[in-house]
Amino acid sequence: MGSIFDILGPVMVGPSSSHTAGAVRIGLISTQLFGRRPGKATIYLHGSFAATGKGHGTDRAIVAGLLGMKPDDMRIPDSFEIAVAEGMEFTLAEKEIKGAHPNTAQIILEAEGAETMRIEAFSIGGGRIRVSKLDGIDVSFSGESNTLIVRNIDQPGCITEVAASLSEEDINIATMQVFRDKRGGCAVMVVETDQVVSREALDRLEGKEGIVNVTFLNVNGSIEEK
Amino acid sequence: MSFQSIEEVRARCEKENVPFWKAVQSEDAQERDVPAEDSWKEMKHMWQAMIDGVDAYEPGLVSRSGLVGKEGGLMEEYARTGEPLCGRYMAKVMTTALKMGCNNACMKRIVAAPTAGACGVLPAVLVTYYREYDVPEDRMIEAMYVAAGIGQIIANRAFLAGASGGCQAEIGSGSGMAAAAITYVRGGSFDQIGHACAMALKNLMGLVCDPVGGLVEVPCVKRNVGGAVNAMAAADMALAGIVSQIPVDQVIDAMREVGEKMDVSLRETGIGGVAGSPRGQEVGKNLQ
Repeated sequence: MGSIFDILGPVMVGPSSSHTAGAVRIGLISTQLFGRRPGKATIYLHGSFAATGKGHGTDRAIVAGLLGMKPDDMRIPDSFEIAVAEGMEFTLAEKEIKGAHPNTAQIILEAEGAETMRIEAFSIGGGRIRVSKLDGIDVSFSGESNTLIVRNIDQPGCITEVAASLSEEDINIATMQVFRDKRGGCAVMVVETDQVVSREALDRLEGKEGIVNVTFLNVNGSIEEK
Repeated sequence: MSFQSIEEVRARCEKENVPFWKAVQSEDAQERDVPAEDSWKEMKHMWQAMIDGVDAYEPGLVSRSGLVGKEGGLMEEYARTGEPLCGRYMAKVMTTALKMGCNNACMKRIVAAPTAGACGVLPAVLVTYYREYDVPEDRMIEAMYVAAGIGQIIANRAFLAGASGGCQAEIGSGSGMAAAAITYVRGGSFDQIGHACAMALKNLMGLVCDPVGGLVEVPCVKRNVGGAVNAMAAADMALAGIVSQIPVDQVIDAMREVGEKMDVSLRETGIGGVAGSPRGQEVGKNLQ
């Protein structure tokens, strides 16, 4: 259970904390993890998001989030028009995703000069969400804390490198999860931290052996990405 | 760990010799590791957002489905020019509840309290009072803490989502929170706050969540009126010295049991209740 401001709050644009506010957060976290404004977004809605999404503005909410809006932004109802004006292409479709939570969205983000990112996330109510898949790898995090995402090759020593680098910066690890697609394949580390990881520290981390790229989600700021 | 029962709140109040709202505030400050002033600032922000929400209502707007939107304006006009059976004051409470419910359906800014669907109950009771009576704003913010504390206990012992426990968890909880808050504003004792909450919750126990077409519109907008009027009545009963024979913690436990026994068709699935009525289904079909 969260704080009293999950009971009285959030301040949000209606009509639904799960289907509207949560959907904005899914869009926003996708853009934050992507690290830049996407040029093109392909959005798939599953389950209840597909069935009642239109009436709840779930479609407009996700696009609003992708544009960087927060759940209380009064421009959410106009997000389609704003996306067109700002040159973000988007398509929306329904999709049955096997075994997924009823309030799940799958988003594919593209931008010139950037690698395509695929993300899957679901809304758990009260405006809170969980990211469940990142570039095909199962993950699980809320984005409510500072979160360091490290994509690496699944080989010995990577976790030590990350832990040591954070320790050198005097950054405390709150939680740490590791995921991989297969032995020796692609792996993802999701590290929630008490402090903000500096850009320099991210750069140094990315230079380490076996680490493919690094993204940092700063809950109180904008995105830091390399 | 946040409060699990009203008895825990009472123990804290007695130990530290503080009022209900202060116990909730210090618990919040402690749990989030922030100064009490920051917690207060945030609560003041929520209060201001509620007031702004009420003022932002536009009587000409309708929701995208076309089902709701004008109710707030109609009630306001009637409260002004007609002779409301409930009296002018209660008509204003009802107006505010409808305005916020309509705002929510029309994608305007609201404060979830405890949920978006129930966002009209607390402002209907508190903002109306603030505007009709000469009362310091600080007292209203203290009342918001009382409401939040009650909501947290309900969240810990039962639930706040229609999908988990039916509408009793949303409008019911909002009504219990509002009853407690306004009882505090009117100078009610700790015990009276508890009784008001217990009575409000009992009166709405068993209320099902049956949104037509799955949208937070019908019957949700009008249920905010039910929750607000019920909260006022419960507060008045408590202030009159009427007590709930069942303690509030046990009422919340009973609410949980009722919610768990509630058929899934009556828990925000848009299948049972008025959603399942012939007209409800027809409306639902037309939305697709």
